[in-house]
Amino acid sequence: MEFREKSKIMDGAAIEKALIRIAHEIVEKLKTTDDLIIIGIRTRGAYLAERIVDRILEISGVGVPLGILDITLYRDDLTAVASQPVVHSTEIPFDLTGKRIVLVDDVLYTCRTMRAAIDELMDFGRPSLVQIAVLVDRGHRELPIRPDYVGKNVPTSRDEMVDVEIDEVDGKEQVRILGLVEGKAGK
Amino acid sequence: MTNFLIKGGRVVDPANNLDGVKDILVEKGKICAVSDRIEKDGVRVISAEGKLVLPGLIDMHVHLREPGREDEETIETGTRAAARGGFTSVACMPNTDPPADNAGVVKFILSQAELTGCVRVYPVGSISKGLRGEELSDIGELFEAGVVGISDDGEPVSDSNLMRRALEYASMFHLTVISHCEEKALSSEGIINEGYVSTVLGLAGIPAAAEEVMVARDIILAEMTGASLHIAHVSTSGSVELIRRAKSKGINLSAETAPHYFTLTDEEVRSFDTNLRVNPPLRTVRDLEAIIEGLKDGTIDAIATDHAPHSVVEKEQEFALAPPGMIGLETAFSLVMSELVDKGVLSLEQAVAKMTVNPAKILGLDAGRLNEGADADITIVDPDKGYTVDAERFASKSKNSPFIGREVRGMVETVIVAGQPVLENGKFVLEKK
Amino acid sequence: MNWKRKDLLGLEELKKEEIEFVLDTADSFREISTRAIRKVPALRGRTIVLFFLEASTRTRVSFELAAKRLSADLVNISSSTSSMLKGETLKDTIRNITAMEVDLVIVRHGMAGAPHWLAREIEPGVVNAGDGCHEHPTQALLDMLTIREKKKKLEGLRVAIVGDISHSRVARSNIWGLTKVGASVVVAGPPTFIPPCIEKMGVTVKYRVEEALEGADVVMALRIQRERQGKNLIPSLREYRKIFGISRERLRLSKPDALVMHPGPINRGIELDPDVADGPQSVILDQVTSGVAVRMAVMYLLCGVGKEAISRQLSAVSKKQKAESL
Ligand SMILES: [Zn+2]
Ligand SMILES: [Zn+2]
Repeated sequence: MEFREKSKIMDGAAIEKALIRIAHEIVEKLKTTDDLIIIGIRTRGAYLAERIVDRILEISGVGVPLGILDITLYRDDLTAVASQPVVHSTEIPFDLTGKRIVLVDDVLYTCRTMRAAIDELMDFGRPSLVQIAVLVDRGHRELPIRPDYVGKNVPTSRDEMVDVEIDEVDGKEQVRILGLVEGKAGK
Repeated sequence: MTNFLIKGGRVVDPANNLDGVKDILVEKGKICAVSDRIEKDGVRVISAEGKLVLPGLIDMHVHLREPGREDEETIETGTRAAARGGFTSVACMPNTDPPADNAGVVKFILSQAELTGCVRVYPVGSISKGLRGEELSDIGELFEAGVVGISDDGEPVSDSNLMRRALEYASMFHLTVISHCEEKALSSEGIINEGYVSTVLGLAGIPAAAEEVMVARDIILAEMTGASLHIAHVSTSGSVELIRRAKSKGINLSAETAPHYFTLTDEEVRSFDTNLRVNPPLRTVRDLEAIIEGLKDGTIDAIATDHAPHSVVEKEQEFALAPPGMIGLETAFSLVMSELVDKGVLSLEQAVAKMTVNPAKILGLDAGRLNEGADADITIVDPDKGYTVDAERFASKSKNSPFIGREVRGMVETVIVAGQPVLENGKFVLEKK
Repeated sequence: MNWKRKDLLGLEELKKEEIEFVLDTADSFREISTRAIRKVPALRGRTIVLFFLEASTRTRVSFELAAKRLSADLVNISSSTSSMLKGETLKDTIRNITAMEVDLVIVRHGMAGAPHWLAREIEPGVVNAGDGCHEHPTQALLDMLTIREKKKKLEGLRVAIVGDISHSRVARSNIWGLTKVGASVVVAGPPTFIPPCIEKMGVTVKYRVEEALEGADVVMALRIQRERQGKNLIPSLREYRKIFGISRERLRLSKPDALVMHPGPINRGIELDPDVADGPQSVILDQVTSGVAVRMAVMYLLCGVGKEAISRQLSAVSKKQKAESL
């Protein structure tokens, strides 16, 4: 399968703006930063979560704890091990019981990743609230999960891909929609 | 009994220093004439153009398993395997159940061979009663019953005095003592050759010394007694050296090796294929090279297979539990052709001698040569025909060969025993001798 | 790199990258054992068979714990409960196991090569949990994980392995593993304990324990089996201790921060003096902890690969999911 860029939907500035807006919305919606924990989902979600924590610090002057989830071990498709790089560990060095949690990821699609993340979270305690923040919501949900904070809603078709690139991982900042190159669709 | 004329083949008969295109006339089971061109009306002609015509091959070391382990091999299946491999005579070791330590068992083997065998069977009697290494068997009775040698093969004769007495006593009948050289205290619980491979695999090793100590002892006893000693399945470079030196001193001894010792090494065992477990074990490349050198310079007189059939049940086990031994009758000649003759190690004449006249001499058999008047035991081979060793084609009841799947050259086509074709163009034509 | 193997039979056949991959994965798995709920659903619905034909409590328990922390279902067949004692052959047992539709078989066997044979005969993955004196790959991996955690590296370290090298599968697997990642290994023991040509495995041999310990970053003592005395490999345990036992004094020859390791169970006062075994340099208990993480990693990787065919069919889907999750 080969993909080709169809359109660029966010550049670095747009990503930054979206994250600032999400940070504002979190502080506003949750009233206080008490008991708030931001948890990013590896790999890109973790960096986005870190940026949101920074923005919240700028807005409210409070340093909110940051956690990182690696959901590999909670996936429902173990069969993909052979095509995956090494598993990274989860870093949640605090009890989540009674905490209010915002889970951060780059793209919301089928929601299977998010389900795995929620499952894993529950093994760290009993949070009082779990909310979801994503940079891009591209639709096509397969589970009854809905985001609370969205950077950008992007309607897509199923054979398209949303490709998020951020500095910390990819060395550049952009969100693109990729389309399948015609005639090269393999089975 | 049909008469026939084998025409146009390359006759290789080392006993008579003969190598050339000849015709052979067989009448009444005997070789009637060997000559450049024989014309005779009214006899069947077997065309051997482009083929090798050899004295029937002799395997001086096989295990036919009958009586006792007829599930693994019988005299019937074992001799069929022999015929497929080009052998017209085999000498079978006495470690059957009951063992060939008395005239009764020897007579049974001979009568079974008469009834069911398709090649000649020469029993070897045991040195000691029950192969226990304690008391001499009734060697005189064994001799009368028809044994061609004595051996406790499978087990060494650990008691040096027993070995001494066996050599002395057997010499009275001009019987060769065939020694399975293994110092049990040294081979101990060993499974494979002691060396780098045993170190890596963590399998208990059998040092070369376990064989060599006994070869040395037996040479000393042979020198002391003047009796005829034959060293079975030589596998180490040290043994070759000891035998070479003994021969140069004029000591009365001979030696054999088996095809697996000049084709395989312990490196192969890394696969844990139980068909590679054999006793003595496969050794190192250095040993393999020394064996080849020994074959070349005549230190090793004979190539014998040590054909040791084992059932699938016994071989499909943990490596250390699988009994040692591999079958060899049906692959030996092709391996000799492919690994020794083709590679220029031995001339065809030398190779044939080690599988015909030499073992015949060691055992005192009037066989292994194409003299006029001799029994017509003849093997015809297509030397250029290559093939893949296929377990399905084995006539042996057992399939424990590590050579399955190997590409070899030299296909046995026709085997004649006492003037009777047993195998023609690779197909059995006569089931019994 | 990606993990591609269905079996883990030994470290001899593993590449350096593969060894490091398992260690990295194991590192990530350590954290699970520290959670409030020490369990992840990674192997939910998978069945793992522990097939132990040789007594071993610690290794079995370690595998068992690892399997449970990954939520796998576990079947335990040990020699006392196995019908193999009643004359059933390994082959029959293998056939039966296969018919039960399991995902992974962890096998411990007294004879070298038994797991290799099993791996050829059955479809599920096979982990060698020790075969005779041949290999014990997970033990070596946990040793390496422990060393790497304490020393932050493996390359360039000097590791002394002291004891009955001939009869030690732990030594063999460690030699393969450590030399592959660039550590230098010295083995020491009386000549009766040193198998022939072992230098070809890439190690140095010393017959004086003092020379082996000199400058060592890691000192690994092997258990001396009491029955070796009767086979004339050593005259007595007393003499062994005198010549090769690791005492506080001898340990001073190695680096001041050298780690003391032992695969267990320890004969205190024979291969290791009690104050060394329980002293500040001992990481013997860390080895036990690392064992669970390594075994989790191995089970996870092998189970994931077992159904590679299916994964290939699903690759289109998983690529998209990856684009989403990464
Ligand atoms: Zn023998
Ligand atoms: Zn034999």
